Amino acid sequence: MSDSTVTVQGAHTAHEHPPYQRHHFASMEQQVDTTSFAMWLFLLTEIMFFGGLFCSYLIFRNWYYPAFVEASHQLNIFWGTLNTGVLITSSFTMAMGVWCAEMRKKSALVLCLVLTFVLGLVFLGIKYIEYSEKWEKHHVPGFHYSLQSFTNPASDAEVHKEYPDDKPLGVDMARHTELYFSLYFAMTGMHALHMIIGISLLGYLIFRAQQGAYTTGHVTFVHNFGLYWHFVDIIWIFLFPLLYLISRHS
Amino acid sequence: MSTDTIVRLPDQATARIPKVNFLSKENGLLSWLLTSDHKRIATLYLISITFFFAIGGTLAGLIRLELLTPQSDLMAADTYNKVFSMHGIIMVFLFLVPSVPATLGNFLIPIMIGAKDLALPKVNLLSWYLYMIAGVMVLYSMITGGVDTGWTFTVPLSTHYVNTNVITTGLAIFVAGFSSVFTGLNFIVTIHKMRAPGMTWFRLPLFVWSNYAASILMVLGTPVLAITLVLVVLERGFGIGVFDPSKGGDPILFQHLFWFYSHPAVYIMILPGMGVISEVVSTFARKRVFGYTAVAFSSVAIAVFAFFVWEHHMFIMGVSNYSTLVFSLLTMLVAVPSAIKIFNWSFTLYKGSITFETPMLYSFGFMGLFTIGGLTGVFLASTGTDIHLTETYFIVAHFHFVMVGGMLMAFLSGIHFWWPKWTGRMYPEKISQLAALITFIGFNFTFFPQFLLGTLGMPRRYAAYPAEFQVLNVFSTAGASILGIGYLLPILYLTWSLKYGEIAGDNPWQATGLEWQIQSPPLTENFTEIPVVDHDAYDYEWLEKKEKEVSSVG
Amino acid sequence: MSKEHDQNQHHDHTGHDHDPGEQDVHDSLNHIVPPRIYIIIGASLLVLTGVTVWASFVDMGVFNPVVALAIACFKASLVVLFFMHVKYSSKLTKLTVFSGLFTFAVLIALTLADYATRAWGRW
Repeated sequence: MSDSTVTVQGAHTAHEHPPYQRHHFASMEQQVDTTSFAMWLFLLTEIMFFGGLFCSYLIFRNWYYPAFVEASHQLNIFWGTLNTGVLITSSFTMAMGVWCAEMRKKSALVLCLVLTFVLGLVFLGIKYIEYSEKWEKHHVPGFHYSLQSFTNPASDAEVHKEYPDDKPLGVDMARHTELYFSLYFAMTGMHALHMIIGISLLGYLIFRAQQGAYTTGHVTFVHNFGLYWHFVDIIWIFLFPLLYLISRHS
Repeated sequence: MSTDTIVRLPDQATARIPKVNFLSKENGLLSWLLTSDHKRIATLYLISITFFFAIGGTLAGLIRLELLTPQSDLMAADTYNKVFSMHGIIMVFLFLVPSVPATLGNFLIPIMIGAKDLALPKVNLLSWYLYMIAGVMVLYSMITGGVDTGWTFTVPLSTHYVNTNVITTGLAIFVAGFSSVFTGLNFIVTIHKMRAPGMTWFRLPLFVWSNYAASILMVLGTPVLAITLVLVVLERGFGIGVFDPSKGGDPILFQHLFWFYSHPAVYIMILPGMGVISEVVSTFARKRVFGYTAVAFSSVAIAVFAFFVWEHHMFIMGVSNYSTLVFSLLTMLVAVPSAIKIFNWSFTLYKGSITFETPMLYSFGFMGLFTIGGLTGVFLASTGTDIHLTETYFIVAHFHFVMVGGMLMAFLSGIHFWWPKWTGRMYPEKISQLAALITFIGFNFTFFPQFLLGTLGMPRRYAAYPAEFQVLNVFSTAGASILGIGYLLPILYLTWSLKYGEIAGDNPWQATGLEWQIQSPPLTENFTEIPVVDHDAYDYEWLEKKEKEVSSVG
Repeated sequence: MSKEHDQNQHHDHTGHDHDPGEQDVHDSLNHIVPPRIYIIIGASLLVLTGVTVWASFVDMGVFNPVVALAIACFKASLVVLFFMHVKYSSKLTKLTVFSGLFTFAVLIALTLADYATRAWGRW
């Protein structure tokens, strides 16, 4: 794998440099290869960044199983599923965007990027609905956290209807639901932060794509942004079952 | 050629520093602040880490001064806590971690592999800015009251029991972490993708290998520290409770996550230094590094093992006895690749034509002190002795032997070795040899007594101590003042040499690396044309043949 | 693996033959995945989301989390392999992905080595 780069380099030195080739690269292949590898390494750091949170979740779920089960019943599977669908669709439109850029279809590229942008906003909007529900029920850790839904499940009619088997937790165990919500907000919050960064970048991408910047054969930026977007999608693919689904039956 | 030195300088009467070089190409502050040249960014880093080293060193001086007497008389006990915490934070995150990679690595890696620049020059500049933002935040938190948790941000102390600037400092380290991630990422990409034709993996100088290994650790370890600090800040700011036992959280989880980065961080600090030693030992013994492949792979092995040993920082914290057994064994395994390096450097010296220029003296210092530091680590890896020695001055002495005796020696060795390449001028040889000697003596006076203090049971991180420990503490403080002179001298004479040093020429050491085959200081894009590499690293016969060709043509 | 590599080279080669313009040189570097595959993958991801939600309503005892995570891993692999082109990428990219997962596994496994055995007590 190492020597191939070298031979490729030699083969193309005779070419004129395209305008978007940076001065310190010998060839366009080298530049494309290099930036995409750099993006992958960055995603590597992201794996470890979320890794610490996943590790904490795993440990505390085992420690305080009843609390985590009942706390997760507070999450609305409908919104969660819808959001997963939205995010997967946005990943699909992003992938199509990369294809459009490679095929130099400018208006199709802009369309794909705008769709991705809108779907990203929809995701955040749904997340906002969920967050505000937690806020109203005093389930945001640190802000007048209330144990009522767990010490007395019947008081929370909506959830109780769906999970009639939930038993009242003793105060000691019920207190640990706060830990569940801590991790819930830390994980989905970090994920949402990545979405916000992604959406801002998308705004720039759409602006540049309209100017035709990515449909002249230089697709690196779109391609690398796509990697980032799909990565954020993958994080959600794991967050969704861990937070919403696996504790339906205890 | 005389037998006691290999230095070969051009005729000083006629020699000139090349008019066009990376330093002189553009002028003005903006040309530096907006540069994307890896050598200029390295220079920026060199200036800024020296600044923070001076601050951290001053704090160290204050610590030693306080410990001169058993009572806490120079400063109040909580001031002392802040002083040693800031000393640790500044030295670890703002000096040791970026020291060799961000300065020498930044300067040398592209040249050594035959590239015009790092793969991502703008990211490189960004990483310096992140470093500076972190530095300013740390200074700000220091001026507005400091932080007194120790550099480890131990919970629940940091989240509940202190009212100092934990949040500012924690965020500063978060930012510094990203600076480090981007440096590491840049190095890995550069080493993979930017090598000149013919520069295969096993022709790379060992300095590149060791920086590659350290970069892997930066990329994979640092994010875990980042998320840990985010959780600490959230805990302190909003009381989210992941590390808070009163809410069911687990402070030991913090230790796991923190040391998952901070143990590999130790290897981030030492590995690039080991790379410097490989270069220097080979050059001043005029021999190829013995067992090149073994030394190269031992760097990677250290990087991999680094992720398997973190729990040895936690043996006394109530972790499971069974996992302690496993981690104890794994920790001792790290001694194997480290020993491979030390033995191979020794074999490199065997039957070499050794000369004793300053970089070589510092390297000898490194080898001796690092060996002591490393072997005392085996004491600490053994769970039985660890219980006695943890949180005593034995630990302090152990990691200072590795970090200061090891890394700082290697850093100074490297700075002297590549100074002529960087600036085009030689440092004054005699006084710098003296400085190397002073550093070595001062270092041993400072830290060897601390091994004794630790075994006698003197705990670390206290401003006061029982009177019976005073003699050894006086030794240590006296040593620290010698050490201080040892560090002050290079700053002074290296600055002096910028203007008055002898002109170095391209290759004063007659070394084989690609960096020595170009002008000093180098051009902005290093090479006039990309070299084609047809020889292994440290091939002194190739160099001889090449020089013969040049002289016969001339 | 080697067969796939050959195909890639072949693809490069034909790319040059059809349009030797230099701007296409690197287009052929990124293996272009046809939209058909994106549609198939996108649809299967949506279907799998449905499956995992449905599975969560079935009481499988301890296997509920196992099934949910298995489906999540499968979905993530689809995204990595096709949307992120790893299936068509160099060995280096594959190695990068692997090393990230490996280090994550080390973090989880060795941390749990402590948590799982802490209750065993002293000997």
